[in-house]
Order: sequence, then structure tokens, then C-alpha cells
Amino acid sequence: MRRGLAHWFDRRGWSDLIISVPYLWLSFFFLVPFLIVLAMSVATKSPTAPPFSFGGDYPLVNLEGYARLVSDGLYLRAFLTSVWNAGVATVFCLLLGYPMALALTRVSRSWRNILLMLVILPFWTSFLLRVYAWMGLMGKSSWFNVLLTDLWNGAVPVAWAVKSLPMMHSNFAVILVMVYTYLPFMILPLYASLERLDPTLDEAALDLGSRPWQVFLDVTLPQSLPGLIAGGLLVFIPAAGELVIPTLVGDSAAPMIGRVISDEFSSARDWPMASAVAVALLVLMVVPTMIYTRYQAKSEGAK
Amino acid sequence: MTRRPVFLLSVLAFGFAFFYVPILSMIIYSFNASRLVTVWGGFSTKWYRALLSNTQVVEALILSLKIALVSASIATILGTMAGIALVRFTKFRGRTLFSGLVTAPLIMPEVITGVSSLIFFLLLAQWIGWPAQRGFVTITLAHITFSMVFVTTIVQARLLQSDRAIEEAAMDLGSRPWQVLFDITLPVISPAILSGWLLAFTISLDDVVITSFTTGPGSTTLPLLIWSKVKLGVTPDINALATLMVLFVGVGVLGAGIVMNRTEARRIADAQLAYRSGQ
Repeated sequence: MRRGLAHWFDRRGWSDLIISVPYLWLSFFFLVPFLIVLAMSVATKSPTAPPFSFGGDYPLVNLEGYARLVSDGLYLRAFLTSVWNAGVATVFCLLLGYPMALALTRVSRSWRNILLMLVILPFWTSFLLRVYAWMGLMGKSSWFNVLLTDLWNGAVPVAWAVKSLPMMHSNFAVILVMVYTYLPFMILPLYASLERLDPTLDEAALDLGSRPWQVFLDVTLPQSLPGLIAGGLLVFIPAAGELVIPTLVGDSAAPMIGRVISDEFSSARDWPMASAVAVALLVLMVVPTMIYTRYQAKSEGAK
Repeated sequence: MTRRPVFLLSVLAFGFAFFYVPILSMIIYSFNASRLVTVWGGFSTKWYRALLSNTQVVEALILSLKIALVSASIATILGTMAGIALVRFTKFRGRTLFSGLVTAPLIMPEVITGVSSLIFFLLLAQWIGWPAQRGFVTITLAHITFSMVFVTTIVQARLLQSDRAIEEAAMDLGSRPWQVLFDITLPVISPAILSGWLLAFTISLDDVVITSFTTGPGSTTLPLLIWSKVKLGVTPDINALATLMVLFVGVGVLGAGIVMNRTEARRIADAQLAYRSGQ
């Protein structure tokens, strides 16, 4: 009998064990909660505890939440604000991150390791504290704000002069802090794809008479596209669903979608509405992810 | 290619200033004697002394470390199993769903994970009476769930690079499958398991959003404590706390980096030596 059991274990049992334990865990603690949210999005808000009910009378499925998503301007505005802030932050991450990644491939090996570590270092420090650091800088009487205000007042006509720049609690602040916190996510994949490029290709193009900017556009940029797309998604997706940054430095009159979900759930106690917004946000994120995976599968297939 | 890329290097310098000026400013102002956070009132270490005598901060730190230790360890075991399952067992029922379950938490916005976990725990409490109270257990369960997939990603990448021939050789020589796992596969991927654990630990220690949804009365982790203070504005004692945390992590990461650089350099030197002696 023991031999039989051991035999079964060798043949099937151990692999079943390795597969099923994480499978069951994720099903129970991730899939089930997600399915509950999905179901909750078509439930009806009720004054009971917990504050929802299903059906009762016909129709069993209540699409009111989804209808309000399109009819109530609050949700559309929140979606637009999220996409705009995350999109602009992604573009600025790209504009700053691309030259940084390219520069990292041009420095000597020993410097490169140190500099790469300095790129990763902020990533290991507390996210919350990196946002907090900017709160200190952007405040009205901070040295940074005073410095920028002086520069501004020196550059513009006297009529436009300001006492201090209103940086905090604005979309500007949200985008700036997003660029700050997510920049490593852009630099690292870009660096990984730029590092693999063959420098002799550049030289060949230069020898054949290309100008440096032509070399960049024709040789470097197309080859770094996978890193560029990966970096862009790694910045855009978390930025669009961000809750901490807009809560701390954002304009509370123009909330982003993450804030709306949290408020619907906690303050308004409207679980069905919070779930409907959450499902809509997921759809918004699934689209770029699908584009990315399809693109990746295509480029893998081309190899 | 002899021209220095002046433009690139100046953007690089600007980028590093962008990275580090806010942190340096925060560190400098943590030594500010003035209560007003933006006005310099002379050098002082009083905020550090205030911090160390603040039992709230110490308790929150201990709770955070406990949660991070437990959740990172369980997440590493589960995440490693999932990584092995996905790379080594290419055919099993429900594999597509499984790989979806492993990817989804990576792109799921934290707010949604938080809200859905809270709804889940609240409904469970109503249906089966557990968890009666939210706190250490619910936070840890939520942390395990969303950090294990990061471990899986790292382990998966490492397994795909590793040489399967050694495992096959062991099988041919009569090792049982689980012996191959413990004698060969796990030692080969142990660096990935270690980085996975470190990542899971850091993610847990740093998390605000999911923790804020899954916590209950009396369970304040360090990020939650900072979060509730920071929402009210900038204060000098948070500057001091931030400085300590940044220095702690900085020394740790730099130390790990130097050690890794050394081993890398030694490996290259060994390879060169072997190459030369072979000639």
C-alpha cells in the first residue's frame, strides 16, 4: 500500500500538489473576490447591511450603475482626467527616460552599474515617502517654490507676477509626481532593449553618410520599440488607476477614477456603483494590455 | 563615435537631479529645528528623538515587519510553486485560467484589489462568521495574494533560462521527481527565489492602498500611520522617519549591489582564467 501511494505521488501527486496549491489560493483569494465585484456591479443598492440586494423583482440584473457611468458627467470626467494625467505622465516619462536610458548605454561599464543602481534605488524606497518628498517641495513657501516663483516673475511681464506658484492640489502636481515615481519603470525596459543593440549598426549608418539624428530615427528607435511599449504600459496602467498620488497632491474637485471608486465604496456606501466603476476601469486597462500582448506575440513570432 | 554625447549626458544628469533633489531636501529638512517645515530654523536632531520615543511609530513598524515577514515567506512558497507549474508543466487542465490568474493581479489597480478583498472578507464574515475581525490576518492574506505573482514572474524568468538537461540527467539516473525538485531545480533557481522574497517583502512593507481596505480597528501598519499623517500635510517628524527609512533601504540596496558586483566580477575573472588556462 505504501509503495502504491509513493508510486502515485511520484507519477502524479507531486505535480498535482505544485499546481493545485497556488491555483486554489489564487482562485479563492483573487478570482472569487473579483467575481463578487462583477456580480455586485449589477446588484441594487439597499439600506441593509451589507448594503446591496439582488433582484427581488424583475429584472434581476440592475444595469443602473452602468447607465449612470455614461449619463452622470462625474464618472466620464473622472475617466478623462485619469487617462489624461496618466497619458501626459507617460509621454514625459518617455521624453526624459529615453535619453537617460540611451545615455546609460554610452557610459563606461563600471559607471553604468553604479548609475543603474541609482535608478533602481528610489524604487526600493517607500512610494508614499517619494510622493511626500514632493509635497514638501511644492508647498507655497518651500525653497523650490520660491525659486521657481522668482524665475517665473523674472521671465514674464509684471502683470503676470505671482506671490507663489499654485503647484499643490492640481493636475500639474499629479503628473509631476507620477513622472517622478514611475520614471524607473520607463528607464529599465528601455535600457534593457537599447543595451542589446549592436553598436556597429550605428557606425555602419554613420559611415554610409547618415546624420546622427537620422541614425537615431532609422536604426535606434525602431529597434527599441519593444522596450518603449513595455515601459509605456508599465507607466500608464498603474498611473491611470492611481489613488495615493491624486489624494495627496491632486485637485479634489477633479478626482481621478481610483478616488471615485474609493469614495463610492467608503463614503457613499454604494457598493454596486463602486463595482460598476471598477469594472469599467478594468476594461480601460485590458485594452492596452491586449494590444501589448498581441504585439509581443507578433514580435516573438517574427524571430 | 568619438564625440561625447553631450546632450544625452546632460539629460542623464538632469534626471538624476530630478530623482535625488526631493529626497535630499527631505533629509536636510529633517534636521530643521523649526516646527515650520519650510523655514530653516537651525540644525537639530530633536525630531529623531521625538520619533524614537513615539510608541505609536514603533508599534506600527513592528506590525508592518511581522506582516511583511509572514506574507513574503508564504508568497514566496506559493509564487515559486506557481512559477514551476507554469514553466515545467506545460499541459494541465485549466492552465489558461491559471496563467491568467497569475498575470491579472499584476495589472489590477490596487484600489480594485482593495475594494474586492474588503467586500470578500465582509461577505465571508456574514456567511461563515470568519474573519470576525479584520486586522493582521486579513492584511496578511491580501498581501500574500498580490505579492505572490511578482515572485512567480521572477521565478518563471529564471526557470526559462535554466538548463533542463541537468534535471533530465538526474531523472535518467533514477531520481524521483520530487528529489529532482529539491536537489536540482530549487538550488538552481535559488537566487530568483531570494529576489522574489525580497520583492514580496518590500511590496508588503510599502503597501498603503490594499492595506487600508483590509485593515481593522487597532491594526495600523507603518505606511497607514504615515498615510494618515501625510494627508494632513508636511510635518518635521515624518521628514525624520522618511530619512531613516531611505537611509536604511539605501544602505541595504547599495550593500547588496556591491556584493553582487563583486561576485559578478569574480565570475568573469574565473571565466577568463579558465579560458586562458585552456588555451
